[in-house]
Amino acid sequence: MIQNDLNLILPEILLSIFAMLALLFGVYRGQDKKTATLTLATAGLMLIVGMWMILGGSSSEAAFNNMFISDAFSRYAKALILLSSAAVLIMSLGYMLRHDLGRFEYPILIIFSVVGMMFMVSANDLMVLYLGLELQSLALYVVASIRRESLKSTEAGMKYFVLGALSSGLLLYGASLIYGYSGSTNFQSIIISLDSGSVSLGLMFGMILLVAGLAFKISAVPFHMWTPDVYEGSPTPVTAFLSTAPKIAAMALFARVVYDAFYVLISDWQQVVALMSVLSMFVGAIAAIGQTNIKRLMAYSSIAHMGYAMIGLASGTLLGLQAMLVYMAIYLAMNIGTFAFIMSMERDGQPVTDIGSLSQLGVKQPGRALAMLVLLFSLAGVPPLVGFFGKLYVLRAAYDAGLIWLAVMGVLASVIGAYYYLRLVYLMYFGEKQDLSLDIVKSPILSGFAATAAVVMVLGIINLFGIEAAASLAASSLIN
Amino acid sequence: MDYFLLSIVTFIPAISALILLVVARGNDAAAALVAKRFALFATGVTFFVSLFIIAQFEPENTGFQMVEEAEWIMGLKYKLGIDGISVLFVILTTFMMPIVIWASWGIEVRVKEYMIAFLLLETLMLGVFMALDLVLFYLFFEAGLIPMFLIIGIWGGANRVYASFKFFLYTLLGSVLMLIAMVVMYAEAGTTDIESLMLHQFAFDDFNLFGFQILGGTQTLLFLAFFASFAVKMPMWPVHTWLPDAHVQAPTAGSVVLAAILLKMGGYGFLRFSLPMFPVGSYIMTDFILWLSVIAIVYTSLVALVQSDMKKLIAYSSVAHMGYVTIGIFAANQQGIDGAIFQMLSHGFISGALFLCVGVIYDRMHTREIEAYGGLVNRMPAYALIFMFFTMANVGLPGTSGFVGEFLTLVGIFKVNTWIALLATSGVVLSAAYALWLYRRVMMGDLIKEALRTIQDMSLRERAVFAPLVFMTLLLGVYPVLALDLIGPSVQSLIDNYNSALSIAGIDGNTMIASH
Repeated sequence: MIQNDLNLILPEILLSIFAMLALLFGVYRGQDKKTATLTLATAGLMLIVGMWMILGGSSSEAAFNNMFISDAFSRYAKALILLSSAAVLIMSLGYMLRHDLGRFEYPILIIFSVVGMMFMVSANDLMVLYLGLELQSLALYVVASIRRESLKSTEAGMKYFVLGALSSGLLLYGASLIYGYSGSTNFQSIIISLDSGSVSLGLMFGMILLVAGLAFKISAVPFHMWTPDVYEGSPTPVTAFLSTAPKIAAMALFARVVYDAFYVLISDWQQVVALMSVLSMFVGAIAAIGQTNIKRLMAYSSIAHMGYAMIGLASGTLLGLQAMLVYMAIYLAMNIGTFAFIMSMERDGQPVTDIGSLSQLGVKQPGRALAMLVLLFSLAGVPPLVGFFGKLYVLRAAYDAGLIWLAVMGVLASVIGAYYYLRLVYLMYFGEKQDLSLDIVKSPILSGFAATAAVVMVLGIINLFGIEAAASLAASSLIN
Repeated sequence: MDYFLLSIVTFIPAISALILLVVARGNDAAAALVAKRFALFATGVTFFVSLFIIAQFEPENTGFQMVEEAEWIMGLKYKLGIDGISVLFVILTTFMMPIVIWASWGIEVRVKEYMIAFLLLETLMLGVFMALDLVLFYLFFEAGLIPMFLIIGIWGGANRVYASFKFFLYTLLGSVLMLIAMVVMYAEAGTTDIESLMLHQFAFDDFNLFGFQILGGTQTLLFLAFFASFAVKMPMWPVHTWLPDAHVQAPTAGSVVLAAILLKMGGYGFLRFSLPMFPVGSYIMTDFILWLSVIAIVYTSLVALVQSDMKKLIAYSSVAHMGYVTIGIFAANQQGIDGAIFQMLSHGFISGALFLCVGVIYDRMHTREIEAYGGLVNRMPAYALIFMFFTMANVGLPGTSGFVGEFLTLVGIFKVNTWIALLATSGVVLSAAYALWLYRRVMMGDLIKEALRTIQDMSLRERAVFAPLVFMTLLLGVYPVLALDLIGPSVQSLIDNYNSALSIAGIDGNTMIASH
């Protein structure tokens, strides 16, 4: 029995053992000199485990008294988490070494965070949910302040920690209420107790608090305040990581909670999620207009994108879930490419984040500018790029679920949002000439990632690289 | 060859753009010349291949022809095809592009990018006229904004930033509502195939929305959503304000493409979507659109009179001419729609040529102010002749294609609504006023401006650029049947379907439903 259970969490166990061995190795043997090796080994392992997840098939099994579940949905999310984390690690290696951040703890903390995320998306119990969430978050708090001597970085870590702790508190309070009123922390038992009749106010309250805690993690408005500051303060590779894998994990967990455990209460959570979605789209679009720091801008951009993904979530249908999963995969690809570009923004060897420095990049470095142009239009959701199909998917899901007003809000926000993406294009191609120009960073890895992402944005329209079928399989494993 | 002909024509420019992007190197004059020649060659080949389309086209067949179909993502289809309504727009596009490229020989900055942008734009424009899938259409329709944004932004005039943003956001805002309508149509009809959607009858029962009684129900709302997009693109009064800005700031070639082809997408959209798919909605909104068009004709003609910038004047005249197009379309009879399509083609040649005319003197004097000119006829006789010819065509002189389009639309609308016809005809007089007055101020009189004393007449290249346009304007002017024979049968079937849909809905096509 226990052997089957352990088999099911073998990927997590492997990663954890690797992380601990790496820690020992790092402390006793190499210290920071071995960072490069460690990072690449970690990325390699993540890629292997990610492939394993992709080839996982469609079986659905539970372990540890139904607390941990491994189904097509969790494997889809895990594959995205692992592949994107590996990509971010490979991308950031050069940046970390160049800017004196090459600490061996960095890849190790990332693994722990990833293991936490993997538990999150497989959680079938409030306890596992919380454990995964905290493992993920604690590692991230440390990573956010990895540039110890920088005031902004430590401030980012501190802010992230305090607000994250607050959200964990909300979530825990919600979980305890749910436990109190339903008599169990297991999702299946919660479903049974919800099915059995009238829903008590306490349970409802618990669910709302749980949703609030999760909204914190995906930085949905009105729980988004930490995002711009943390994105700005953290070193860029960490920002890239924060904007990708944890978002997938939290979104998947969110979906699991509302679609699985609390599906009966759809009329209650649907309004909450729809409202947060509208607010996120508009706040993300409007607040980004005034930003001059590209990392803050990307923070608001990711808030807006979470809003769109939440349209899929709010629709409460199979199609909606599928739309959300496709959207997140597309979002991931766009963000990795964009952050690869941002990491290569340097002047005199120092990283710059001021968008004014992009001025006339189209003349000086046409290749890089072109890749960024494609990514920006894709982020804005302008056809024919892949970003448009993500939006089309969620709009269709919204109409299907009778939420046409949400779809209308979504497209209106996308027009507002288009403005700030266009502004970056404007700066690169026909902005005022400025003396401050970017260095030409000779980093084939970063250029490669940005270029690949741009090509993916164009070629993806042929068949979305088959992500559709995977998302459909994943979505139907959650709703049956 | 014939099986993939449409795809081949559509993607030759895009593939050429890709080749230019990957292969071409260097920033010197030699590299620029190579890029120019290559782009001219690519657009020329596209035009040549597109002639096969017209050779194989069977006018009497009213269905879609040369259809290509393939499965795509999300249950959508990659489907291309043409009928009598779209075939001439395809040819118009492939015909204009080599002219546009040749007319931009004077571009000196970032030539390679310029050519890539125009080649991509050609693919996207051709796709719009051939797409037979809603989302594929939207894809091409919207994607055209990206190269046009860059063309205005990078190679435009002094106030280009404002104009490019206004152009992009204005048109995007118009289009996103159409996207929602497409999503609704997909969900309601279960398909995005345009051919099937034309057969689908969308619900037209009245219902209440926020306390408003919506006559024609879903159809009216869908119609309005599409209208928002096409009206901006056309552009119709009062959402035309982006056009003068975009035209004035865009480089000459950009203005030509904008006037000759991009504006036609709105009219084409009305014919492809609004009339056949939402007949009841169209019928209910007919009066509204006719009045908007008449206001456009009279108001923008008056506005054109007082312009001091030549490009702005022609831009306003474009809005007025597009008014005839919408009038013809919503007259919903054979003459009206034939005339509307004809007017769009002829306006493509004429306004394109007028913008090129402005470009000729702008290249020499770097100003478009009418005040800065006068008496050009003394030094530029050839130019004066060509400008005269297109001014007359713009006015609608019989013998030029401008006359046929205006006349047919006016005949069409006269049968439906005499008042509209009366007011619209006043636009003909007004257009003569602003066009001739412009000509007098720029061309006639003595050459007293010091700066103009050394101005050169048109070079051989410039004359050659105008030759095909003059030829087409005259040809269609004296022998319009050439085009009308191609479009007639398809228009006939469009009108038949429209009327039968209305009679199924219990509306008699001959009485207005003001009493409804």
